[in-house]
Amino acid sequence: MKTSSLDRLRNGLVLLLVLTGLWQVLYWCVGDVALRSPLETFGYTAYLLGSARFWPNLVETAQAFGLALVISVVMGLAIGFTLGLSRIANAVFEPVLVSSYAIPKITLYPILLLMFGLGMSAKVAFGVIHGVIPIALFTTDAVRHIRPVFLKTGRTMGLSPLEMAWRILLPAAMPEIFAGLRVGFSLTLIGTLLGEMFASQRGIGYLLMNAIGLHNVDLIMSLTFMLTLFAGAASVILLAINRRMQQRT
Amino acid sequence: MSPAGRPQVSLRQVEKVFTPPGRKGASVQALGPLDLELFNGEFFAVVGPSGCGKTTLLELVAGLSVATSGDVEFEGRPIAGKILQGVGVVFQEDASFPWLTVTDNIGFGLGKLRLSAEERRDRVESALAMMGLTAFAHSYPAQLSGGMRQRVCIARTLVMQPRLILLDEPFGALDQQTRLLMGDELLNLWRKTGATVFLITHALDEAAMLADRIGVMSARPGCIIDVVETGWPKDRDSRIVQEDRFGTITARLWRSLRAESMRAIGYQGVKA
Repeated sequence: MKTSSLDRLRNGLVLLLVLTGLWQVLYWCVGDVALRSPLETFGYTAYLLGSARFWPNLVETAQAFGLALVISVVMGLAIGFTLGLSRIANAVFEPVLVSSYAIPKITLYPILLLMFGLGMSAKVAFGVIHGVIPIALFTTDAVRHIRPVFLKTGRTMGLSPLEMAWRILLPAAMPEIFAGLRVGFSLTLIGTLLGEMFASQRGIGYLLMNAIGLHNVDLIMSLTFMLTLFAGAASVILLAINRRMQQRT
Repeated sequence: MSPAGRPQVSLRQVEKVFTPPGRKGASVQALGPLDLELFNGEFFAVVGPSGCGKTTLLELVAGLSVATSGDVEFEGRPIAGKILQGVGVVFQEDASFPWLTVTDNIGFGLGKLRLSAEERRDRVESALAMMGLTAFAHSYPAQLSGGMRQRVCIARTLVMQPRLILLDEPFGALDQQTRLLMGDELLNLWRKTGATVFLITHALDEAAMLADRIGVMSARPGCIIDVVETGWPKDRDSRIVQEDRFGTITARLWRSLRAESMRAIGYQGVKA
């Protein structure tokens, strides 16, 4: 292992230890009413992972999140490429997109519920409206800032428009697009979980909402811990890939 | 070298006018009317003041832009904004693709030629060797110097085996010593490939050292106001800069260009 990788691993471990320490201190200050200690949470998490009711809910969330992410990425890239390549489309629609990014998506919850009802479609839609806009905005910006000399080179090589998109536009814009995917990933996860909390009867979000209703602090802490772990790990991996891409440019 | 026979590239009464989008503001005549002929296997350089339309001229020949009026032909076929096979372009800016290795950069355009895998590999390996890049075959452009990245771009053009190579100030971003050495490499390649080279440059010494013929452009709208024949032997390198004739050629170029350069920048401090 290289020295820089060892350094990063050591830094990560130190950060985890500090956060766990802070958690323990917070638990001592607040007490059992609102929190559980790290050790109790790890224990309950192990119990939850062994219980039968956890896995179907996890699968439900994974399916909803996976679907929402795929739709967000495909739609975001399509919108981003269109706005990045067409000056007119950009002038007309980009301000709309930027404004929609600022709207608190939770206000759209009643409309989505009426449109999709309770269940998978509503939470996927909720995930998509959170994830698609940042991906589209980052992609638009990335495509607009591709160096013209790359496109000229593609033209002198006789590339067709499709080849130009696949072989030059996409890879040239990829580092910035990937930064958008990273943000989109997190927001799609948040959207899907919010959708499950308000518009579903299955999934991790539903379990969490149920635990809040029953004041089941063990379950709240355990689910929050697992979600934080998943989102944090995914973010670290995506950030590492993103950094690797940026190094080449 | 005295050009003879049918020209490989010919421009007749070519004009290029840029009209602002939405037709707001005045149109700008960038070029012409301009006449020029390039002959098979010659090394032709164009020098001219800043903003005289040198790059516009190259883009017309490359098919990246269309003339407002006049005819531009390559091997008897009208170009008119089409990218014709047999024409390769190297730009001033670093155009190496940062997401590809040196090998993949060089082989980038070969997919269009429908070659066998073996032929493709041979062409890439020979271009790597010719440009002294074999040791960096698996490196990414970010790991190379500016001069090496430009060599990657030249190699990417060479593997396509063009009959006409267009170079738009390819060494503009390099230091003087590297430019002289890259000039030597370019002369070597020109001799080996037998292609016609059309070089746009702002450096009079570079044109004087490299070209068989040098076209001098006027300030905008750019026209060819003088063509200087250097008379160098084909087998030459950067050491010719110490010859008396090199100074004579450079001086003649500057004599033709001085007034135009002053006109281009609106300079009125001294008499033309």
